[in-house]
Amino acid sequence: MGGFDFDVIQRSLPYLFYEGMAFTLQLTLIATLGGVALGTVLALMRLSGQGALAGFANAYTTLFRSLPLVLVIFWCYFLLPYIGAWLTGADRPIKVGAFNSTVITFTLFEAAFFAEIMRAGIQSIPRGQAAAGYALGLTYSQVMGRIVLPQAFRNMLPVLLTQTIVLFQDTSLVYVISLTDFLGAASKIAQRDGRLVEMYVFAALVYFVISFALSQLVRTLQARFAVKR
Amino acid sequence: MEDRKRRGHPMKYNWNWGVFWEASPEGTGTYGELLIAGLGWTIVTALCAWILALAIGTTVGVMRTLPSKWANILAACWVELFRNIPILVQLFVWFYVVPELLPKAWGTAIKQMPNAAFVTAVVGLGFATSARVAEQVRAGIQSLPAGQAMAASALGLTLPQAYRHVLLPRAFRVVLPPLTSEFLNLIKNTSVGLTIGLLELTARARSMQEYSAQVFEAFTAATLLYLLLNVVVVSAVRALERRVAIPGQVGT
Repeated sequence: MGGFDFDVIQRSLPYLFYEGMAFTLQLTLIATLGGVALGTVLALMRLSGQGALAGFANAYTTLFRSLPLVLVIFWCYFLLPYIGAWLTGADRPIKVGAFNSTVITFTLFEAAFFAEIMRAGIQSIPRGQAAAGYALGLTYSQVMGRIVLPQAFRNMLPVLLTQTIVLFQDTSLVYVISLTDFLGAASKIAQRDGRLVEMYVFAALVYFVISFALSQLVRTLQARFAVKR
Repeated sequence: MEDRKRRGHPMKYNWNWGVFWEASPEGTGTYGELLIAGLGWTIVTALCAWILALAIGTTVGVMRTLPSKWANILAACWVELFRNIPILVQLFVWFYVVPELLPKAWGTAIKQMPNAAFVTAVVGLGFATSARVAEQVRAGIQSLPAGQAMAASALGLTLPQAYRHVLLPRAFRVVLPPLTSEFLNLIKNTSVGLTIGLLELTARARSMQEYSAQVFEAFTAATLLYLLLNVVVVSAVRALERRVAIPGQVGT
């Protein structure tokens, strides 16, 4: 085995970060934004009081929260080409592309978790506020868009960010379909150069530093943004 | 013949639900039995890792509430370390790195274990989950009124006795619901074990897809089995909650 080889890490830094980490961060960012948007819609459906809408949102969140992300990644990887062909009317399964495929997978999956967070956030706003909005003649979208959701987001910001850290860590699972995210890049170098110890220790260290720094940031934000009551 | 038919209608997926009763090429039974065996490994791995996680997590969670600065710091470091590294990376470190760092004879012995993937998954998932269990146990202990610990010491109980007979039995009842969702998470996380060769449910569905090309049947079956497992665990915990409820307490 020999000593710990720092050189292999140094040599592969550009590849690890410009290829791997760039993919990981893009996926995290897009899936967070998409997941929060879709999750908010699901939470509104769940709380709409309309049987069919609420039932769908409930079934959606329960389904995705009961399944391992690895299985969902495989599902989407094989199913999306067929759905794409069906949508575009193509006569054979279309190529969705690895990046698009994973963005869709993570958005759909994480939306179930963001939906539960947003539901709690919306429910934390006193009913009287919405009632007062309607009494002033505001429409449903005005009440939600201007009164309820801004406060719900603010109350839930720490939880939403914590879920984003979870999402950041979850992106490493794209390894199972051989994509080059940060872990994928580290693993490819590790296999090529036979330097598994160095690359996996380094990968663990990088993930730790980023996640730990973000979670400390969340803690600071929580103290600063907490609504005084 | 079969192949040409498929190429003629590329959009048409050939459904074949009978595939579960066909023999799998591993020669040990049908595809259905292959999946059930995978479910068994999922359950066994999750249970073993859970025992480890509960043991370590309770210890670390208690340490965070002890009146000792060093115990607090050590426990906090434990939690942060295992919470901030993706589980897949943790498994790779246990599988590829740890055997290399141990004395040579030990490392070789570990690598030659016939069920190295299973042992690694249990240890890796158990340690990762222990950080989450520790946070729940700490929250449970801290949710108890301070008077409980004081009353225990006024009765002459030592600190270990106070934890054993007063604080922990109550704290565990408080955190039973969040611990249940950690256990459900652990069951789902066993699927990460497929990256180091653990033949659990998702891995079996994947290999069935590779051998039989019946991708959607395989994943549908795995999905239903995971949902079923979820329902069983949730109902079992409900029954447990009723059994251990303290009479007269709200919400238990």
